[in-house]
Amino acid sequence: MQEMTPQNAAVAASVPKPRGRAIVVTSGKGGVGKTTTTANLGTALARTGARVVLIDADVGLRNLDIVLGLENRVRSHVLDVLEEKATLEEALVIDKRVPSLQLLAAAQTREKDEVDTAQMKALVERLRDKFDYVIIDCPAGIEAGFQNAIVGAEEAIIVCTPEVSAVRDADRVVGLLGNAMKVQLIINRIRPALVKKGKMLSVEDVNAILRLPLLGVIADEPDVIVSTNRGEPLANDDTSRTGASFRAIAGRIAGTDTSKPEIPQEPTFFEKLFGGRR
Amino acid sequence: MLDFLTRFFKPERSGATAKERLRLVLLSDHLSLAPDVVESLKRDLIEVISRYCEVDVANTDVSFEQQDSAVAMLANIPILGLRNGRSTPPASPTAPPYEPPSSATPAHAALAHEPQAAADTALVTPTVETAVPADTVTSTVEPAKPKAARKRRRRRPNLSQQAPAT
Repeated sequence: MQEMTPQNAAVAASVPKPRGRAIVVTSGKGGVGKTTTTANLGTALARTGARVVLIDADVGLRNLDIVLGLENRVRSHVLDVLEEKATLEEALVIDKRVPSLQLLAAAQTREKDEVDTAQMKALVERLRDKFDYVIIDCPAGIEAGFQNAIVGAEEAIIVCTPEVSAVRDADRVVGLLGNAMKVQLIINRIRPALVKKGKMLSVEDVNAILRLPLLGVIADEPDVIVSTNRGEPLANDDTSRTGASFRAIAGRIAGTDTSKPEIPQEPTFFEKLFGGRR
Repeated sequence: MLDFLTRFFKPERSGATAKERLRLVLLSDHLSLAPDVVESLKRDLIEVISRYCEVDVANTDVSFEQQDSAVAMLANIPILGLRNGRSTPPASPTAPPYEPPSSATPAHAALAHEPQAAADTALVTPTVETAVPADTVTSTVEPAKPKAARKRRRRRPNLSQQAPAT
């Protein structure tokens, strides 16, 4: 095995070595479904065989572990790794259903401003060498936690619900992400019946304001709540329509699905009668 | 009873309200000038144009509109004639009374500051009225036309588009 000299390193760098994509899932506003989206997209991408690591960047309010059902397996967290109290291998939790999915949990008893931005960036860079996707679950807000979450990312997925507050915050966050970032949109919690009656902002209304490439639309369905209750992401459920939406979004992220995002429609009379399409 | 009937025949569509409220709030989020600046801007604009043309001050309208990633300023300043005496028709007697700027023009609006759009912002849109040659002024001023009709004829601002000649 040849020693890595600076010359060799330069040669290696000139040959495009496949590196993982660092994607931050963000929204500005809290409670719009960032963590659920991160868990489901990670699961859906990993199911296709990709190596995926999810980083919970919400230091002090760890949640991604419980949504994934991995809360009992977390031994170390992201700050342990940054402070070299644990190795990366020790801190990574392997998903119980999809082995190519791993989680780096947030510190629960620490503060967001304890994270060093430069170290966080270096950590993401390190993970990009080992994984195909590094997906960062951003905390709500636009303070230190947000900066630490976006620092290593080259792409961003904005999660927005059809509410005025969420759209306004999403607009603000897009402005903060800068022009270098590739930004795409997921609209979450659409209720087709309300949109049809004109009582809810439609997908078109939201994106007329945000003007972002649309990755997908997730309908507001009770099974999302059930899945988080159980810690079982819907992307693993082949019978779930919401799971299928997340898998389609994963396909669009990976570039394997070039179809236009489907906008959830209210089930017709017959679909209601026969229990929907699935 | 009347309340019930209106509700029955005209279902509430708060989605549209949400859309309009968002549009306005984002406009002011993207802008950073103080509320009174728009008024002084309008005054100064009229003053400059008045040096060359006779302006229908009562029917001027300055507003801001979201266009792609930028906010554009739309100035609708009807011109009654030129100052050099070639064509100075009197104001039409059928001119509508001054109507205040519609609610679509936020009083607190101001010039854009969106970082990536700094160059495209604050475009003064020459209205059809300001862009026409002097001898056709009378036929194009149409002060009696409803505001909405004039709005539709507005040109969209374009970076390459020059301010009216002369």
